[in-house]
Amino acid sequence: MTTPTTPVAASAATGVGTPKAGASTQARQRTRAAWLFLAPTLFAMALVAGWPLARTFWFSFTDANLTDMAASQFVGVESLRAVLEDPDWWTTVWTTFRFALVSVFLETALGLIIALALNAKFPGRALLRAAVLVPWAIPTVVSARMWGWMFNDLYGVINAILLYLGLISEPLAWTAEPGLSFAAVVAVDVWKTTPFMALLILAALQMLPEDIYEAARIDGAGPLRSFFQVTLPLLKGPLMVAIIFRMLDALRVFDVFFVLTGGSTETMPMAGYARQQMFEYQLIGVGSASASLLFALIAAFTALYMVVGRVKLDEGA
Amino acid sequence: MKKVLAGLVAVAALSTPSVALAEKIVIACGALGQEADVCKQGAEAWAKKAGHTVELMSVPTDAGQQLAQFQQLLAAGSSDIDVVRIDVVWPGIVANHFIDLKPYFPEDVLKQHFQPIVQNNTVNGKLIAIPWFTDAGLLYYRKDLLEKHGQKPPTTWQEMAQVAQAVVDAEKKAGNTRLVGYVFQGKAYEGLTCNALEWVDSFGGGTIVDSKGQITINNPKAAEAIDFFAGLIGNVAPKGVLSYEEEGARGVFQKGDAVFMRNWPYAWSLANAKDSPIAGKVGVMALPKGGPDGKSTGTLGGWQLGVSKYSKNPAIAAELVKYLTSAEEQKRRALVASFNPTIMSLYKDAELLKANPFLGELYDTFVNAVPRPTITGAKYNQVSTEFRNGVHATLSGKGKAADNLKKVEAKLKKLGKNGKW
Amino acid sequence: MRFVKKAAFWLLLAVILLYTLFPFYWAIVSSLKTGSALFEVDPWPPVPAWSNYSAVFTAQPFGQNILNSVIVAASVVVLSLLLGLTASYALARITFRGRKALLLSVLGVSMFPQIAVLSGMFELVRWLGLYNSLPALIVSNLILTLPFTVWVLTTFMRELPKELEEAAVMDGATQWTILTRVFLPLLGPAMATTGLLAFIAAWNEFLFALTFTQSDRVRTVPVAIALFSGGSAFETPWGLIMAASVIVTVPLIVLVLIFQRKIISGLTAGAVKG
Repeated sequence: MTTPTTPVAASAATGVGTPKAGASTQARQRTRAAWLFLAPTLFAMALVAGWPLARTFWFSFTDANLTDMAASQFVGVESLRAVLEDPDWWTTVWTTFRFALVSVFLETALGLIIALALNAKFPGRALLRAAVLVPWAIPTVVSARMWGWMFNDLYGVINAILLYLGLISEPLAWTAEPGLSFAAVVAVDVWKTTPFMALLILAALQMLPEDIYEAARIDGAGPLRSFFQVTLPLLKGPLMVAIIFRMLDALRVFDVFFVLTGGSTETMPMAGYARQQMFEYQLIGVGSASASLLFALIAAFTALYMVVGRVKLDEGA
Repeated sequence: MKKVLAGLVAVAALSTPSVALAEKIVIACGALGQEADVCKQGAEAWAKKAGHTVELMSVPTDAGQQLAQFQQLLAAGSSDIDVVRIDVVWPGIVANHFIDLKPYFPEDVLKQHFQPIVQNNTVNGKLIAIPWFTDAGLLYYRKDLLEKHGQKPPTTWQEMAQVAQAVVDAEKKAGNTRLVGYVFQGKAYEGLTCNALEWVDSFGGGTIVDSKGQITINNPKAAEAIDFFAGLIGNVAPKGVLSYEEEGARGVFQKGDAVFMRNWPYAWSLANAKDSPIAGKVGVMALPKGGPDGKSTGTLGGWQLGVSKYSKNPAIAAELVKYLTSAEEQKRRALVASFNPTIMSLYKDAELLKANPFLGELYDTFVNAVPRPTITGAKYNQVSTEFRNGVHATLSGKGKAADNLKKVEAKLKKLGKNGKW
Repeated sequence: MRFVKKAAFWLLLAVILLYTLFPFYWAIVSSLKTGSALFEVDPWPPVPAWSNYSAVFTAQPFGQNILNSVIVAASVVVLSLLLGLTASYALARITFRGRKALLLSVLGVSMFPQIAVLSGMFELVRWLGLYNSLPALIVSNLILTLPFTVWVLTTFMRELPKELEEAAVMDGATQWTILTRVFLPLLGPAMATTGLLAFIAAWNEFLFALTFTQSDRVRTVPVAIALFSGGSAFETPWGLIMAASVIVTVPLIVLVLIFQRKIISGLTAGAVKG
């Protein structure tokens, strides 16, 4: 926190240069100030992101064990191979991708509907917009616990309602059966993150010029047609960015699964697999290898995000 | 020399409790039912006597997650915990992080405990923990409901299923729609390993890995046992058991909504507590046999107390362990919370037998409980996970036991090549 | 026809409202039930019982957990803002070589999966001697909030008019003066938004807290709630869990209601504007 004072002293000393050399001195000075301004952040990022990530990569090539991490030995791709040859790993990959695809799809669809509704003008709109934000602000663990109780097989309100409506004839074991618990996890995630989607889409909607709708209306397009032919194409850019952004989030998922289902490999995300290897089996090496694989996957998606995001920037500029 | 020194320190600490500075000892006990409260009472009684203070560290209910918690703490070399409650299957996994307690416990004290447990807690000649209480799976049943419908306590699992079905059907007709037949620990965690090992063993299907380290789980009797229980899911047992831990199962039984329950002895005193809806209506027996020529069995559970190598006050911590594992404290815990003692003489204590009649009747079950395959040492946790995943898949309708056990066998063979773990 | 359309619209709004608020409502209802009432599906407890709310604080060290969460989240926010302020000024207002690469790596780090740094962070925390202490969480949570803060503040700062600093440069002001005297006063709203989002991120963090803290006295709220088990000998303490959930959610809801505009602008700046 003391670093920022240095540029003041430094630039104060050379602050008023000779008019002739001014331009280049100033440029150099600015560059130096920039790096000084960045130094604390760069140091912090190197400490909390760069170094741990590098260590995780390193562990991936060792047989590091939690019991004695200092005694690890380089084993080449042995740990990576152990992960890739483990059918359980592939189960978690499949679960994670299924989770990401299904929940992001539902979030986008629901988010679109909610955004369109909120885009209309009606009394109490601000209040509703705030209400929609509530699930997003709630800690994931808390929402998983709340839903876990609602999903309780014998005493949960969801089974009670479904039974009352006659949609099911006997209580469903929501958090127990792999298929159902997957659905339950998706439900919680959709509930929690749809608001985020809705608000991103709403922001994009509000940037659309009004007159296009006018034009469409004059052309005699109904609301549905104007949505699919006018609104959706215009939303494509921001929508893609939002979807990839959410996909990244969904692929990293851990807490919902951990709190709601717990344990079974059938319903475990990739992050859960890595944690299990590291802290339940003490296999830091294998766990780090799987975490590195997840990282590589996310990195690929991030690159995609950046490409798509930049395309959008160019359009906007 | 070191041992002598440590012994001297222990003696000094014991003989001059009032002179020693007051230290804070942190202990992790369990989290099932009233366990934490009972542990706290004991620890605080010691603290008052010894002039120290104690603090409880709360732990997750899932034993596997508890192990993860301790592993992280101990691997970080943290001195934030002194006394750790160790599961009977953990010594091979965690031995590195604990001190040798032999200097603190004279031979004659150790001789009072069940010897197999003491041996279990000795790793490479190091006594890493002192037995605290022992466990075996028991079958709880609703005496009142069975009598009402003219049923007898079952001797085989098949009978259990029939009795449960009959009682549930009759009660349903009378309007009791919430009643279910049988609850157990079916979530994919250590508890399911315990349950499934009982099924397999009671059908004569062995113990997953035998005492020589050979993998035996892929056999027809084991498959038959697991298929039998998979058949109960959705009719006799609610599908929800696939997510129950001990407390989930007990919650249903304790409310009076289940006819049978498999659980550990701790559930006895809770079921019969003053405000319990089922007080006085509960019977307890050894687990049924797997068919007429099967055997009655129960998985050996139980917990020990060890002292962390990173503790700042190992001598004082050992003192606390000594107090908690003493005959007096074990008796108190058995009286108030039905934790089975590990000291043999207590099984003949009249007062205890009166409070927990099953202690005497089921003595053989406790002594002959089937151990989980701890021969797998540090890999036990993986072995257990693979096994219960196979079982959980079968229970949730993903394939037949025979196929799933074959997969389990293949995975275990990778973990322990040629019986070497 | 118009009436039907209008009714359908209001129905849609009602469904949206029900969907988003029902779980929270049900948590409140359940938190007011004790004993067997908890297991009956009543839309409102016959006799609202507040005992769960007091039990949360007596049966569990929940007050301590809340305090821990506040300390961690507040420290993380302050640190992130302090660090992020100068960094984002440099990234937004100064042209220098490597700026673009830095911006991209900041964005990249904000996408890091926590699990990918977990084992390395475990080692780091242990090495720093911070294991099982709040500073461990403050340090590790920076990976969640710092890149995000830098990114959003950069976006905000880029939008401020150029004339501002040009005038200051003419007067011979240094970069530091420009940042503190010219920009900082204008950044209040942006700082509030970013700080709020960072606060929520740190408040909700689970995996690091689960891994780096184990004692009750240093546990934060999410882990405490996830591991809630004791307190009652006769039932899974759903009433307690729901009461705890309500307690930690209400302040967040209040924050959201007050700052909803700011939050939305921050979220969109963080994600869409790229």
